[in-house]
Amino acid sequence: MIAEFGHFALILATGVALYQFLVPLVGAHRGDTALMRTGISAAVLQLALIAVSFVVLTHAYIVSDFSVQNVYENSHSAKPLIYKISGVWGNHEGSMLLWVLILAIYGGAVALFGRNLPLELRSRVLAIQGAIGLAFLLFIVLTSNPFQRLDPPPIEGNGLNPILQDPALAFHPPFLYAGYVGLSIAFAFAVAALIEGRVDAAWARWVRPWTLAAWMFLTIGIAMGSWWAYYELGWGGWWFWDPVENASFMPWLVSTALLHSAIVVEKRNALKIWTVLLSILAFSLSLMGTFLVRSGVLTSVHAFAVDPERGLFILIILCLFIGGSLALFAWRAPMLKAGGLFAPVSREGGLVLNNLLLCVACLAVFIGTLYPLALETFDGPKISVGPPFFNLTFGPIIMPLLLLVPVGPFLAWKRGDMAAVWRRLWKSLAVAVVIGLIVLAVNIRGPWLAPVGMAMAAWLVLGAIADLAARIGLFKVPLSSSWHRFTGLPRSAIGGILAHGGLGLMIAGIIAISLWKVEVIVALKTGESADVGAYTVTFLSETPLSGPNYTGRAGRFLVKEGDREITTLVSEKRNFQPSGMPTTEVGLLQTLLGDVYVVMGDETTDGARAMRMYYNPLVNFIWLGAFIMFCGGLLSLTDRRYRVGAPKRAISAQAVAAE
Amino acid sequence: MTRKQKRLTMILGGLAVIGLAIGIILYALSGTITFFHTPSDLTATGVKPGQRIRLGGMVEDGSVKKGTGTETTFAVTDQIKTITVSYNGILPDLFREGQGVVTEGSLKEDGTFVADTVLAKHDENYMPRELAESLKEKGVKLGKGADQ
Repeated sequence: MIAEFGHFALILATGVALYQFLVPLVGAHRGDTALMRTGISAAVLQLALIAVSFVVLTHAYIVSDFSVQNVYENSHSAKPLIYKISGVWGNHEGSMLLWVLILAIYGGAVALFGRNLPLELRSRVLAIQGAIGLAFLLFIVLTSNPFQRLDPPPIEGNGLNPILQDPALAFHPPFLYAGYVGLSIAFAFAVAALIEGRVDAAWARWVRPWTLAAWMFLTIGIAMGSWWAYYELGWGGWWFWDPVENASFMPWLVSTALLHSAIVVEKRNALKIWTVLLSILAFSLSLMGTFLVRSGVLTSVHAFAVDPERGLFILIILCLFIGGSLALFAWRAPMLKAGGLFAPVSREGGLVLNNLLLCVACLAVFIGTLYPLALETFDGPKISVGPPFFNLTFGPIIMPLLLLVPVGPFLAWKRGDMAAVWRRLWKSLAVAVVIGLIVLAVNIRGPWLAPVGMAMAAWLVLGAIADLAARIGLFKVPLSSSWHRFTGLPRSAIGGILAHGGLGLMIAGIIAISLWKVEVIVALKTGESADVGAYTVTFLSETPLSGPNYTGRAGRFLVKEGDREITTLVSEKRNFQPSGMPTTEVGLLQTLLGDVYVVMGDETTDGARAMRMYYNPLVNFIWLGAFIMFCGGLLSLTDRRYRVGAPKRAISAQAVAAE
Repeated sequence: MTRKQKRLTMILGGLAVIGLAIGIILYALSGTITFFHTPSDLTATGVKPGQRIRLGGMVEDGSVKKGTGTETTFAVTDQIKTITVSYNGILPDLFREGQGVVTEGSLKEDGTFVADTVLAKHDENYMPRELAESLKEKGVKLGKGADQ
């Protein structure tokens, strides 16, 4: 009975979404305040209904109600509670329900906290949100009902794919979806602005916090996915340029560009048309990501839906929203007035270059991801585009951007002064070059990318520090007044500094693991050892293993550095019940300087076991950097200037005029 | 500079960057893509030894031989032709005889294939789509999960 209640709530929500789409739009067109106001209630009601539906499904998973087909197919009563809950979104139907839930949360937030938005704009934004919600709710209700019953109910469920039973992966989809779906708000604002024919500084201030939130969630979601791939798949890598990874990376690139171009709209009232286009593109790429990952076009752990009818449905949604919004853009964008003037060397110019490079980098990823699919669709040869393509294209495109990141914040608006930038940055540049030379000296025969990459990483981190030092007048004024200035800095400024510095740490990690990774493949008998980087790994013993829903074998390894014993690692081969699927657990020693990574393989003919071991230098800098970027975003979001709906249009218009 | 000149500089600069990037992308596409083949169209298309390709098919029953240390050889077949593959490393968890597999590497002069990558599968029902379609075209009967 409870499951039917959830299904009923979902159908009601579909009706409410239809109302939320049409009525506020008509209201805004006619200037009818009463009609527009109902849109706000509709958004809140839709959130409540979808939340009920989601709670009902979660309840079915927690109590292992196998009369619900979705629970039967994806859960098992012996599973730990956290994976029963994460199992809700570990399948096609549940993950789509999570998608609309997050959409409704964003919609509800605009409705409840957007009090200072002009009513017309708020109504139009909610209407666009309603339209997106309607499309996806119809998709769920018509093709992917998560509440389908089974009669008679089976006694036990099929279980969740064991490699998905992992803490990092349990929370990877909600974060990633919060990012994907968060971009729908920027999209809704862009479409609403096109309908109104008006984009101004206040509009950019409203869009920025939503884009920032989406970007933050995408950053941490992608980082979690990569962290999971690193230690769960046992391949020793952290990024594979897999189409599914690319599908989440493309919206990240474009939303990063959007984040920066919205600053120009806000401060200088320029790049308006471009920013509107980016908002549309960012969400279009999110939708495309959802389509690629969920339609079964790509074969991967994410491809739950293999039903062609579903793929077609999502494709139609995709065409409607992307095509519709781009057509609206082509029709209405010329009505937006072009904004302020600026010299090529200026903050605006720097941000334009940032946008250009990010978008071109995204184009390279786009082509690499879709070209094989397009070729296959037209019966061409079957090809795969792998890491060599992306390293050759993405690398050279993104490198100039990384070089310019520290310069940007020092450029003045309208007309920049390179001499002034040089005075403030030459020390950072000098130290970075020295670091590069040291790397070159230590590693003289190594690849040229090593010194260049490390110098670049140092340049990013030092540039961020120089930015902070300049803002607080470090060593130019007494330390106490520097501290005073620091506490007075806008949080968004510190957020930006953190994000740029975090990027530097991430680059250091990426360069180090790409170029200095040590891989050892060796057959070991118990008692034998192998050298991995500066460490010696000894195979101690092998014992049988039994867990709550698996059995297997565990290998123990002693890790020594010189004569000093560091730790004992355990790598396991597990066989999961009920599916019988084997998995490998990596033995991992994590340190800030580098990881020792041990994978136990099959038995060889002479009674030894094949082992794969890695020393991954600085690899944790990748996730540390991503986490710092996330924190930077979070800090900016708490900046009072960007509180949702904080600026009023009239006031902020004056503020811009005064600047 | 006038407004017009400024705009022109920006547009030309932008186009130059985009043009350069597209050049790099096209160059990379011509050099780095790997083609997918099954054993029988490997001979038909005349792939040269040393050229990097992907080879896919079923792992023939009873063909997996562990060598010394971490060496493994196995036969990949599309039931028309069979090619011996040697691989030094750890096989994925779900590598099994009678199951689909995709390997990446190059042909040697003697007609055997040296793989440096054997693609891991994410679950037991998974068969690479490219492989499933190629085998279907050749009328090979597929097992469970192959329609995915």
